[in-house]
Amino acid sequence: MRELDKKALQAKEKNAKLGPDIDLESYDSEPVPHDYVEDLGSLSEAEKKRMILAGVDAEEKDRSGTYIQKDTAVLHAGSKEEGLEVIPIKQALREHEWIKDYYWKLVSVDTDKYTARAQLDLHDGYVIRALPGSKIIYPVQACLYLEKEGLSQNVHNIIIAEEGSELHVITGCATAAHLRQGLHVGISEFYIKKNAKLSFTMIHHWAEEMMVRPRSVGRVEEGGLFLNNYICMRPVKSLQMYPTTHLVGKGAVARFYNLLVGSPGSEMDVGGRIFLKETDTRAEIVSRAITNGGNIIARGDLIGEVPGVKAHLECRGLILNGGSIHAIPELKGEVDGVEMSHEAAVGKIAQEEILYLMSRGLSEDEATSTIVRGFLSVDIPGLPPQLKAEIDRAVEQSDKDVM
Amino acid sequence: MGVFAALRNHARCFTQCTLDDEKERKMLQIEDLQVKLGDKEILKHIDLEIHPGETHILFGPNGSGKTSLLMTIMGYPQYRVTGGKILFKGKDITHMPVDERAQLGISMSYQRPPTIHGVKTRQMVQICAKGEVDVEALATKMNFSEFLERDINAGFSGGEIKRSELLQLMAQDADMLLFDEPESGVDLENISLIGNTISKLLQRDFMVKSEKTQKERRKERTKMGLIITHTGFILDYVTADKGQVLYEGVLVCTTSPREIFRTISEVGYEECVRCVS
Ligand SMILES: Nc1ncnc2c1ncn2[C@@H]1O[C@H](COP(=O)(O)OP(=O)(O)OP(=O)(O)O)[C@@H](O)[C@H]1O
Ligand SMILES: [Mg+2]
Repeated sequence: MRELDKKALQAKEKNAKLGPDIDLESYDSEPVPHDYVEDLGSLSEAEKKRMILAGVDAEEKDRSGTYIQKDTAVLHAGSKEEGLEVIPIKQALREHEWIKDYYWKLVSVDTDKYTARAQLDLHDGYVIRALPGSKIIYPVQACLYLEKEGLSQNVHNIIIAEEGSELHVITGCATAAHLRQGLHVGISEFYIKKNAKLSFTMIHHWAEEMMVRPRSVGRVEEGGLFLNNYICMRPVKSLQMYPTTHLVGKGAVARFYNLLVGSPGSEMDVGGRIFLKETDTRAEIVSRAITNGGNIIARGDLIGEVPGVKAHLECRGLILNGGSIHAIPELKGEVDGVEMSHEAAVGKIAQEEILYLMSRGLSEDEATSTIVRGFLSVDIPGLPPQLKAEIDRAVEQSDKDVM
Repeated sequence: MGVFAALRNHARCFTQCTLDDEKERKMLQIEDLQVKLGDKEILKHIDLEIHPGETHILFGPNGSGKTSLLMTIMGYPQYRVTGGKILFKGKDITHMPVDERAQLGISMSYQRPPTIHGVKTRQMVQICAKGEVDVEALATKMNFSEFLERDINAGFSGGEIKRSELLQLMAQDADMLLFDEPESGVDLENISLIGNTISKLLQRDFMVKSEKTQKERRKERTKMGLIITHTGFILDYVTADKGQVLYEGVLVCTTSPREIFRTISEVGYEECVRCVS
């Protein structure tokens, strides 16, 4: 810990490579106490409603476990299934020696001032672990909820899919309806071990003046599968993230799907980077960005380090009503025998498509909304139906806002 | 003839005539239509009437303006009407938006429909039917079940596009059906399927065990059709009332479709040149 603190202190003033700089001092970081909630049903209706928007169901129907954090405090953490652990990270750091093998092992604590802050001023976060061979079919839900105006919420999450296990996680980040300003710093480290499968779906539901700086890295071993879905369709002032994954075992697969909607005043800089370090590894990054006034940078970076790898990057942007989309796809093959490709397209809705739908009887608005919804509905193979339904719901909701 | 009999006669005529008038009012009427695409004049002084129950076949060499005529009737705004008018069901639709024309009962099977990513064929059929529809049953008829979960037109082959378009028209069930080369690129196995389906959509299929005579059915026929064809294959399946030839944006000839097809087959459109000049 000493070592980590030392490194973090050195990076305290280190600006991030991407995204506008944030003055950390202008955010409050003092702990905000909230009582632990045994029974999720006792959450206020307003809270439940906001959480539902981010995919968290207070009744825990079709969920295998739950983690809820409000501001800096853990409201609830628990698993409903054998073979699944859901533990607040501070508790894990106190009670479990094994967590040291994972904590800051993928993300460097001195990456930038945000990672430094998450070490020096950690509020909490979750550790979700599927034990070897456990197939956790229903998703685990996690929610990081922000209520206190002007707070900087600093969390660190670790997800471990042990050998041969299967785990699905949906994380929602949401703010109270009244909240305007805040900062969310979230470190996430993903460990997908041999022949394990992890799907991680993150739905962000921020407020208009929120600054968001996630930092995440994953590692996939032989035969493992990592599905990483990121959905942000609501206004946010500034979001910058560039999640990275290392495919280190033969046949490992990673797929990233990003769905972004940029509203006026929103700046989003969202990427995805996958290193293919072993033969037969596969990577795919698919991003869909729509703007109706916001500025979106959609990045993607695939690095093929050994022969016999396959990777594809697909980035489509739709400019509906002002704003900008900047697609930056990058491919790097470092040896012979890599198969890597990308396609990128940015434009407005084709008039021809609208007219086609209108000639089938839809009004112009209905036609536009049908096309927008279609644009955002990517097929994500391997995603459980409950999560598919959550994504569909988010798309449905955003479609109402966009129109 | 007694007074009563005369009155009865009069009454019968009255109802019959109003019924016919009623039906007639639903026709498509194009008067002196002039259309520009960009700066190019592509349709010149077109006059055309399609009466309820009628089907016309539209011939013409490549680039003569056939697709343009259909797109103009459907209401595509890039086809700028610079003169004349289009009436349908008694309404002047010359400047009516596409969706309102669709709601009024005009539909079209396209030559090159656009791909819409994320919109499934199933959803298109539902849109066409405005909700309640047995998509599976329709798709089975069209031999198209395995395409329902695919994005509309994405990677469809030429022949598959035709079947997809027909499937949508079946669901839409409009009064005026415009077909842009519905049989081109279709294999032999599917051509009869397409031909017979169009025939049925236009109420021209022969029903062997129908209670009504074919003559009665013909009289009750209301659907209107305008079919573009190069191959003439469609004539083997769909009986048509009239044939039209479009040549360099001018409707140069109206006569029996079989006769036109025969002329074109034998001497090509050369014969039409004589009529233009
Ligand atoms: N976007 C466009 N800009 C300019 N000219 C166009 C455009 N689209 C079509 N045209 C021209 O308009 C004319 C009429 O085209 P149209 O598609 O109506 O012909 P068509 O009779 O349907 O031909 P085909 O039998 O090949 O389908 C052609 O000369 C064509 O090149
Ligand atoms: Mg054509």
